[in-house]
Amino acid sequence: MTEISMSLEKCIRKHDSFLIPILQDIQEHYHYLPEEVLKEVADKLKLPLRDVYGVATFYRSFSLTPKGKHIITVCLGTACHVRGGERIVSAASRELGIEAGETRKDLKFTLETVNCLGCCAIGPIVVVDNEYYGQMRSQKAIALIKSLEAEEQNAQIELVR
Amino acid sequence: MPKLSSLDEFESFQKKIKESRDPKKVVISISSGTCGRTRGSAKVVEAFKQAIISCKDKLSIRVTGCHGFCDAEPNVIIFPEEIFYKNLKPKDVTEIVESTLKGEIIDNLVVSQNEEKFVHVSEIPFYKNQMRIILGNNPLIDPTNIEDYIAVGGYGALDKALKMKPEEIIKEIKCSGLRGRGGAGFQTGKKWEITRKQKGDVKYIICNADEGDPGAYMDRSLLEGNPHSVIEGMIISAYSIGANEGWIYVRNEYPLAIKHVTIAIEQAKELGLSGKNILGLEFNFDIKVVKGAGAFICGEETALIHSIEGLRGVPRQRPPFPAEQGLFGKPTNINNVETYANVPQIIKRGADWFASIGTKTSKGTKIFSLVGKVKNTGLIEVPMGMTLREVIFDVGGGSFNGKRIKAVQTGGPSGGCIPLELFDLPVDYESLTNAGSIMGSGGMIVMDEDTCMVDIAKYFANFLQDESCGKCVPCREGIWHMFQILADITEGKGKEEDLQLLEELGNVIKATSLCGLGQTAPNGVLSSIKYFKDEYFAHIRDKKCPAGVCKPLIEYTIDAEKCTGCGLCKKNCPADAIVGELKEPHSITQDGCIKCGICHDVCKYGAVTIS
Repeated sequence: MTEISMSLEKCIRKHDSFLIPILQDIQEHYHYLPEEVLKEVADKLKLPLRDVYGVATFYRSFSLTPKGKHIITVCLGTACHVRGGERIVSAASRELGIEAGETRKDLKFTLETVNCLGCCAIGPIVVVDNEYYGQMRSQKAIALIKSLEAEEQNAQIELVR
Repeated sequence: MPKLSSLDEFESFQKKIKESRDPKKVVISISSGTCGRTRGSAKVVEAFKQAIISCKDKLSIRVTGCHGFCDAEPNVIIFPEEIFYKNLKPKDVTEIVESTLKGEIIDNLVVSQNEEKFVHVSEIPFYKNQMRIILGNNPLIDPTNIEDYIAVGGYGALDKALKMKPEEIIKEIKCSGLRGRGGAGFQTGKKWEITRKQKGDVKYIICNADEGDPGAYMDRSLLEGNPHSVIEGMIISAYSIGANEGWIYVRNEYPLAIKHVTIAIEQAKELGLSGKNILGLEFNFDIKVVKGAGAFICGEETALIHSIEGLRGVPRQRPPFPAEQGLFGKPTNINNVETYANVPQIIKRGADWFASIGTKTSKGTKIFSLVGKVKNTGLIEVPMGMTLREVIFDVGGGSFNGKRIKAVQTGGPSGGCIPLELFDLPVDYESLTNAGSIMGSGGMIVMDEDTCMVDIAKYFANFLQDESCGKCVPCREGIWHMFQILADITEGKGKEEDLQLLEELGNVIKATSLCGLGQTAPNGVLSSIKYFKDEYFAHIRDKKCPAGVCKPLIEYTIDAEKCTGCGLCKKNCPADAIVGELKEPHSITQDGCIKCGICHDVCKYGAVTIS
């Protein structure tokens, strides 16, 4: 833990002890907020752990459980909704075998929804690992996931070799 | 970059930049905001970089924020003639460069509507009917280059304001009639005045860029494409109020906006336009960027302040208003992005000019995101008071697929649906409120006969029950119950008395919720019951969804006469619910069908119908 707490100290200094940007950096580093790190944050900021927990669970961008290697986000803003965003979530959910908001057990995929990415004119939008795809269709989303799965399998084979 | 330490130094710096720019030089301005990038503008930019290597002396490129015409992304505007080419691919680039050098037009890349071609921006119906005062500079500015902003007169308003007394600036903003562009429409000048009058040395400025309304993205476009206009507005506001620190709270979902506004702040500081002793004066103003963490409620000003302070984004009772007691308990002026972007224009051109645009109570222009079932989707800017019909049919070009437009949703989740019969309403704060909706931040989502109004009401209720912070009971419990009732109706389990119950619940939530989220949450449901009762009755009495949206009430079937037996639907059906031999009409087994709609999407012959 020493290495982590050192970077945490730097992070706290960088953000002038403001809790939310500190948690954002931790989330970015670990892809989730590990319990022991939250305890350390509470300790160092002299805040009750319940306050840190309260903030960590209030905001959508924080997660208390690890996220998958690939994050698939389907936009469900109004414009995407009227153009069939919901159907894309169902298709992706079927293909991945998880519900929206869940991470697959093998930690390869997380399926999320978002309430608007502001690309309303070219919806429905799907974001795969920070890359935006416009005018999506269910079958296009399925094809995208299939190609990622294939990529993962190939990597696995390479690893075994 | 030099650090400018007086107003004179700024003025000569600006003059020098303006003189160094040749207005006749050919510049290809490439739209590359988030929408453009999603459609591949980065590759187009790369192709242009390669293509102009040999002719850099004759033409140059400029990578800009969005040009507003999202449907035409990626697009370019070629200056000085303002030729507009749409939906570009990297392979088009060489031809564009060659024809531009020859002074020729490429016919198949220009905008066409009803077989008529429109070469120049000023002729294109989408742009022709707009008044792009705030958005208009986007194609002229590389947002990562402060000199581009200064070249179009940027920071000239700050220069002018710094020669005025703070009270004179506030008077100017008050006389202009500018009202907040974020939703509630409060008089901006009055807000500034209240904040200025508060006792104490420490005051803050906040820019609310937590644009959470689904369907609205003008703030993102401004921060991505013209961040300095917002920063300039904030500095002027800080000077007139007496604030030394400012915060821009940007949604986490807008990475490019965060990047561009951060670069812009650094460049302004480097030039001496912000930071310590601005342009050599006894005036300090620093701006920080705060990233939101994903909570819609943080668009509410007291929740946003709590979020900056590191707390849960929960609103509190007002008064005291932030102008009296805001961030860290200090007087705080909080406006949204578009409001600040209006400020430099008002200072530069005067309150009378601004007040001459718009209606009696709503002055200036308003940016709308025109999206949904409309032909020309994009960000538009029109004078207040234009009718919905003009916005949707003249600027928006009407339906995108020939289907009948039946409503427009304005104001995001706090707004409501306005039916076609009321499309002659002028777009201003009061008219929209009287029609049961609101101006909000300016989302306009067009709906046609394929949109189910009950489903839309359910969508917003679900959105809001999910985003309710949970502090007050009417909002937390009430909206959830509204959602449950609406879900029942869309599943064919609704009862006629449900409509009355929804209205009762809605009125209680509006009257008793703590903050704006709850107070406006029932608008969408109530307005849809008011204007589209027949659709509710179809779901409740006939167990039918006329728009063919609500899954439990619809069936997919294949029209044997249209079906060519190509097998595409069968191949793509995830439930193996389609049977049929190749080149023979196929059919759907209803027991196996999961109503995912993929067959309907993939069929090239329109043979899959929804009933």
